[in-house]
Amino acid sequence: MLTVKDLSCERDDRVLFERLNFTLRAGEVLQIEGQNGSGKTSLLRILCGLSSSFEGDIFWQQDNVHEKPTVYLRQLLYVGHHAGIKASLTAEENLRWMQTLHPLLNRCSITYALKQVGLFGYEDVPCYALSAGQQRRVSLARLYLSAHPLWILDEPFTALDKKGVLEKELLIAQHVRGGGLCILTTHHDFDLPDIAVRRLNLDLLVTA
Amino acid sequence: MKINMPRWFYQLASPKWSYDFMGILLPWFATAALLLLGVGFVWGLVFAPPDYQQGNSYRIIFIHVPSAILAQSCFMLMAVASGIGLVWKMKVAHIVAKSAAPIGASMTIIALATGAIWGKPTWGAWWVWDARLTSMLILLFLYVGIIALYSAFSNKSSGEQAAAILTLVGLVNIPIIKYSVEWWNTLHQPATFTLTKKPAMPPEMWLPLLVMVLGYYCFFAFLLMARTRLELLERENKSSWVIALINEKI
Amino acid sequence: MSFFVHTLQRDLLLAFRNRNDIVNPLAFFVIVIALFPLAVSPDASVLSTIAPGIIWVAALLATLLSMDGLFKNDFDDGTLEQVLVSPQSLVLLALGKVFSHWLMSGFLLALLSPLLAVMLFLPTQAILALVSSLLLGTPTLSLIGAIGAGLTVGLRKGGVLISLLVLPLYIPVLIFGAGAVQAGVMGMPIAGYLALLGAIMVFSLMFAPFAVAAALKLSIRN
Repeated sequence: MLTVKDLSCERDDRVLFERLNFTLRAGEVLQIEGQNGSGKTSLLRILCGLSSSFEGDIFWQQDNVHEKPTVYLRQLLYVGHHAGIKASLTAEENLRWMQTLHPLLNRCSITYALKQVGLFGYEDVPCYALSAGQQRRVSLARLYLSAHPLWILDEPFTALDKKGVLEKELLIAQHVRGGGLCILTTHHDFDLPDIAVRRLNLDLLVTA
Repeated sequence: MKINMPRWFYQLASPKWSYDFMGILLPWFATAALLLLGVGFVWGLVFAPPDYQQGNSYRIIFIHVPSAILAQSCFMLMAVASGIGLVWKMKVAHIVAKSAAPIGASMTIIALATGAIWGKPTWGAWWVWDARLTSMLILLFLYVGIIALYSAFSNKSSGEQAAAILTLVGLVNIPIIKYSVEWWNTLHQPATFTLTKKPAMPPEMWLPLLVMVLGYYCFFAFLLMARTRLELLERENKSSWVIALINEKI
Repeated sequence: MSFFVHTLQRDLLLAFRNRNDIVNPLAFFVIVIALFPLAVSPDASVLSTIAPGIIWVAALLATLLSMDGLFKNDFDDGTLEQVLVSPQSLVLLALGKVFSHWLMSGFLLALLSPLLAVMLFLPTQAILALVSSLLLGTPTLSLIGAIGAGLTVGLRKGGVLISLLVLPLYIPVLIFGAGAVQAGVMGMPIAGYLALLGAIMVFSLMFAPFAVAAALKLSIRN
């Protein structure tokens, strides 16, 4: 359970959002909406502890994230704007590095994950030789290995083809059905079978 | 980190409280600085006796020594403020450190310039790689780095935190730098005529010097508070107390 | 501790894949030193007196040159922020990266230095002092430089700024390092210099990683 209390964010003297409150329970998906520059990425970065320009509190289960960061970070998987992969390492080496970062990433099934994202046979190719969409797939392959309860995904579908998007949607649905939480931003029409997607529109929040 | 500090410490963290508090102190320090500097100046430059070796040229110490002392004290103050700012996440402390940096750099430049002017009649050269002058020069480099770091960040509070880390790293390094420079100096030069380790100064000389040093401290405090208040106003320009203040003035 | 080893492995692998990044500072080191005989004088007696200083300054600048890229790549491609959102420690990451940086810069510079010592007519008895002072001094340069690199990694024009921040802090290492070589030239004992360089290294090893971690955290959260 992730609880956000009185979260306000101001960047360069501009208020992005103020007094944001919400609670996300196991099995729920939250889609953050808003125009470009409305603060979607800022909100996600704050939730991951990647930004300090905010006021308010974030609680994971009952604990303040600020006080017990490691407990929280163990449960969290974040996919950001940057793919987070090294261009001169191969897909397999990149995933191996992610495994050393996250104890909750499955140790043994890199081949499985690469198969799932359609990169089987590419595991020895350095990532700079892959296309933008393929690099994105390498980055998202970690979702197939993840046992993290909380996923925070910033525009996960960019550069993916239709089939890829569909697969990722199914993956998110599966994650949520298994009791996971997911917060994401996307410009894509986003719907999950059998799962109610909660939506938070940052544009409406400021005008309201 | 949770350490319980007395109440006034937390009051200092409030920009409004600090602004008002410094506003009360400001005129006192200004008056004290004016008096002490005036007395010290006239006493040192007119009434103090000439030096038996250097004649009247020694009188530059009434500027040189206080500037050099201030240049170093200012760094200490910045380090303390930076430490407080980082540990207690106190914005006011960061602003104090930021406001102090240019003052410290100016003091260092004054100390170096007066040292050079003094060096010409004493050593016959504008610049000598003497241990003190070299340490001063390195201190100036540290100040320049810190000021450059402040201005490199577009987000002011990030720049302040970055500069705070650098200030603390610099503080840890200063003793090592001083030690190494002194060592290097003894290695490369025969002991030169050192300026302040002369046969003990007579009271007619060190008394006005003391007055000047005190005057410099008061002047420094005045300048620092004035700069800090200005920066506080700029940074808090959207908060209710600043708006109320401005409405009051108009 | 295993995270330190993994970081080291990864960075060494990356360095091996981008060999230019290793070769460039070394080439810079050699070229800068080759400029001095051209600018000052090819006379052996002149060169041998200034050789300790030249080699040390060139080593210092070569280290600094490679410092800028230490965290830049990781910052740009997002792997650095991934470490921050993982439960792993940034301090160990900093240590691992600095160690691999040193292996690729300071360590190789020290191995290369006897060659340059010969080019500058440094007396043979000083070569041991040169290599050992570089081996003990350059880790400190990497550690302190990493603080500057961490502070400036998020800035667009970090390159020049980093030298401004870091060079004053390099002065003690420079003094004792070049001092050791000069003592070696004169046939005096160098143990004292080496002990001081070692002490400074241990001292920075204790504190610098924490400062680097704080700096990185700040740069990412900016």
